[in-house]
Amino acid sequence: MTSPLQQKIKITGPSVVTANRTWDGIVIYRDTQQGWTDELADAAIVRTADEARALLAESTADDVDAIGPYIAPVIVRDDGAIEPGNLRERIRRQGVTIDLPIPA
Amino acid sequence: MYAYDEIDRTLVNERVSEFRDQVKRRLSGELTEDEFKMLRLMNGVYLQLHAYMLRVAIPYGTLSAPQLRKMAHVARRYDRGYGHFTTRQNIQFNWIKLADLPDALEDLASVGIHAMQTSGNCVRNVTTDQWAGVAPGEVEDPRIWAELLRQYSTMHPEFTYLPRKFKIAITASDHDRAAIKVHDIGLRLLKNASGETGFEVLVGGGLGRTPFIGKVIKPFVAGRDILSYVESILRVYNQYGRRDNIYKARIKILVHELGIEKFSAEVEEEWQAMRDSALQLDDEIVADIRSRFQYPGYQTLSDTPDELTAASADPQFERWLNNSVAKHQKPGYAIVTLSLKPIGGPPGDATADQMDAIADLADKYSFGEIRVGHEQNLALPNVAKRDLPALWQRLDELGLATPNVNLITDIIACPGLDYCSLANARAIPIAQELTRRFANHELAEMIGRLHINISGCINACGHHHVGHIGILGVEKNNAEFYQITIGGRADEGAVVGTLIGPAVPYDDVANVIEDIVESYLALRARPDELFYQTVERLGVEPFKERVYATR
Repeated sequence: MTSPLQQKIKITGPSVVTANRTWDGIVIYRDTQQGWTDELADAAIVRTADEARALLAESTADDVDAIGPYIAPVIVRDDGAIEPGNLRERIRRQGVTIDLPIPA
Repeated sequence: MYAYDEIDRTLVNERVSEFRDQVKRRLSGELTEDEFKMLRLMNGVYLQLHAYMLRVAIPYGTLSAPQLRKMAHVARRYDRGYGHFTTRQNIQFNWIKLADLPDALEDLASVGIHAMQTSGNCVRNVTTDQWAGVAPGEVEDPRIWAELLRQYSTMHPEFTYLPRKFKIAITASDHDRAAIKVHDIGLRLLKNASGETGFEVLVGGGLGRTPFIGKVIKPFVAGRDILSYVESILRVYNQYGRRDNIYKARIKILVHELGIEKFSAEVEEEWQAMRDSALQLDDEIVADIRSRFQYPGYQTLSDTPDELTAASADPQFERWLNNSVAKHQKPGYAIVTLSLKPIGGPPGDATADQMDAIADLADKYSFGEIRVGHEQNLALPNVAKRDLPALWQRLDELGLATPNVNLITDIIACPGLDYCSLANARAIPIAQELTRRFANHELAEMIGRLHINISGCINACGHHHVGHIGILGVEKNNAEFYQITIGGRADEGAVVGTLIGPAVPYDDVANVIEDIVESYLALRARPDELFYQTVERLGVEPFKERVYATR
């Protein structure tokens, strides 16, 4: 299987690197301090393929804290707010779109 | 219930200890995710969108009350207070932390429950009819054979790394409630002309990207030879199954590409070389397994008790009785299906409180036994008919008496994009909306038996191909669309449904299904012609015209 780092990286707009945290599986984002955050607002934003490749390489190197890092699109609003760029990422960010049998 | 012995208990406990060590090494960084992934999958641990998911096996769909209580405990202590029953007699916990998994598995092991063979490219949890052992007219309790296959296949060294996962289902009744024709191997228990117990063996069924209905490979294999015959199939598959392309790795593709004649010739050659081996089952082994299934001490009871007659005056009870209660082998007893499909609820979910309450009801009314069906409902298999009114009242209080079993709101749905990292589209909200549209039980009864199955991606965990109406979520231009098929069936007449036309957007799915149902009501030849029968008679064209004429 081709490693994510060997795949051709093509981004069409602002993007982040996201993964799941190893010990509990929650959604996390690579931040600007070479660490991970569960706040999308604190995620490092990349805008070119080279930046994305570099951020992904740095993220993939941390195999202990995070699982399966990949590049995901985001929308950066005029006021700087960051929102997920597609439905899958919106659900990962906001949680299930249904009422849970037991409210969280 | 099957009584586990010391060997079973030791095996399960050792597996938990081994996994505890693996988790510890993963969390410390000693194991990479690449190294750990295969190990966690062998213990039923997936990573979904928001969290890890633990899939726990319910072998042949049979649970004891203490086992169900332990599942409630795991849901409450390590998860978010509920579990999700799947289409393969498993339960999934969707929010479990990796660090908690060894403790959760240890707790489950204390009641003989484990997660082995719920994932990975091995022989998966062997499934069967949820009415096994109590269904009128069945040849024999199929769980005896399911247990033999479970013991044979558990951690089998030769078949732990098959080209792809491998699913076996068994039925012993004419009406197939186990969907054997869409399994890698389907076994239909029967007796031959001389009264010998054996199996019709089907191979190469499956859903997913390329659906196939299983083909008969051998019309009769004697019970004593079933392990050697299954092993012959597994060996041929293990040797020739494709490992170069995950989409072509299932046995159904091999059977299709070789053709059933060539495939069966290969199996026959293998079998003739080994059928008289140690895998041949002598009567003593089968008798030993049979003896470890403990059956209830049924009483001699009236089949028409006064309690039932009196309660039948209540139209709500009568509706539930007609819908959710089935005939039992023993006079005076009944099989009760507990609908996990409340109107507006996620299909197949049960809260920890509901699980505990069901366990209590099983103890009180069903000799402590609960069953899990592939339609994502539960059943109490041994209820005295005189107890039905009292049971119904309690089930109604618990939200488990929706009288919709086998009706349009008894929807099978996978977790979809709300949970699953493979999904392209959501399945649960579509199911919820459909149950609201058809919430009127009189309307649902008028429509009659109609199975809607929904999958959030082509992997087809929601069995959409074999739904009378199948709904498949796809992604188009970053939006959810749904392909609709009609005319599928999962039972003894299994058939893959036919696509009616282009995919429709999320917001229009319920409208389209309403149009299809309205067409059916207008087109059916008589009130008891079922939906799939109308499709069989008329084809998809009238439905297609109705759906797309104004879209």
